[in-house]
Amino acid sequence: MLGTIVIVFREVLEASLVITILLAATRGLLGRSQWIGGGAAIGILGALVVAFFAGNIAEAFAGIGQELFNAGVLFIAVLMLAWHNIWMSSHAREMVANLKQVGSNVTSGKLPFYILSIVAGVAVLREGSEVVLFLYGMAVSGSDSAQMTLGGILGLAGGVATGTLLYFGLLGIPTSLLFRVTGWLILLLAAGMAATAAGFLSQAGILPSYQPLWNTSEFLSEHSLVGQILHVLIGYQASPTVIQLGFYLATLVLIGAGMYMMGKQKNKTVTA
Amino acid sequence: MMFLIFSSAGAAELPVYELKIKEHRFDPSLIEIPSGTRVKLMVKNLDATPEEFESYELNREKIIPGNSESMIYIGPLDPGEYGFFGDFNQDTAQGTLTVK
Repeated sequence: MLGTIVIVFREVLEASLVITILLAATRGLLGRSQWIGGGAAIGILGALVVAFFAGNIAEAFAGIGQELFNAGVLFIAVLMLAWHNIWMSSHAREMVANLKQVGSNVTSGKLPFYILSIVAGVAVLREGSEVVLFLYGMAVSGSDSAQMTLGGILGLAGGVATGTLLYFGLLGIPTSLLFRVTGWLILLLAAGMAATAAGFLSQAGILPSYQPLWNTSEFLSEHSLVGQILHVLIGYQASPTVIQLGFYLATLVLIGAGMYMMGKQKNKTVTA
Repeated sequence: MMFLIFSSAGAAELPVYELKIKEHRFDPSLIEIPSGTRVKLMVKNLDATPEEFESYELNREKIIPGNSESMIYIGPLDPGEYGFFGDFNQDTAQGTLTVK
């Protein structure tokens, strides 16, 4: 049962941390919970579908369908997070002002909410399909179903609880700083996703593969809880390749530049 | 027939190494490949249940559905030992890739 708890916890944790950051980053935007929740719900359905067709996906595109699928959904999430952050860099000030007013739930601007749904959905879809496949395997190999169910529930509860802790931690940040912090978190989250996506493309043979640049798994293993959390939050990898590092840095620079330019433009229009 | 095999393999004449998954164990659990060479790892899952081939050191993760096989590109790598495991059955599915 411990194995079930650990695996379910780990997969749920990834999705839960992503959703947590989205929720904190959009605090004060009316209706954002429904959009993020809706995206997550569709993600669960999608996870079932992906798990069911896992064999077909794996065989597609001459055996690299799974890598292409994973890289594809990750890059979509990166684009959505980039869009979100660039939009926020010109609207954060209004949102802070709104949050400081009494009755803080006001709509502000026109962030296309479906980008939140897509990111939440993609996070749940990827991690959820692994949970489904794992539990299916357990069920088929005749594991005690009561133990399995209990393990699954405990793993799920643990993952959601950890995300919730992070959420309240983020809400403890003073309002004037909140969106700056979540902006950084999303930037790092997106960079980490881009690096993971690049890893899938190397695995598929589309991008070249190299010797990892370093190996810090002795120091901080991705197996460990802290390693796992850092993997999601800042894209920590114990042994990244130069390609992954390149994608990581390029994503940081590109989104960062977009945020900087939008923020500057906004300042100009305010002072003009 | 031979022609067909050659032409489809011609795109990448990489050495192929076979790795079986049986009863949630890798067979062989020790694989040796030459350094500085790219190879194809053909993972055959003979179990009815899905497994995820995963390795942090190799930067690889791929789900191998039950009763199916899948290809994973590995390397070129420096000499050393690189661990891999079956994510869904970590108690038994453990292996090491040695690069010489």
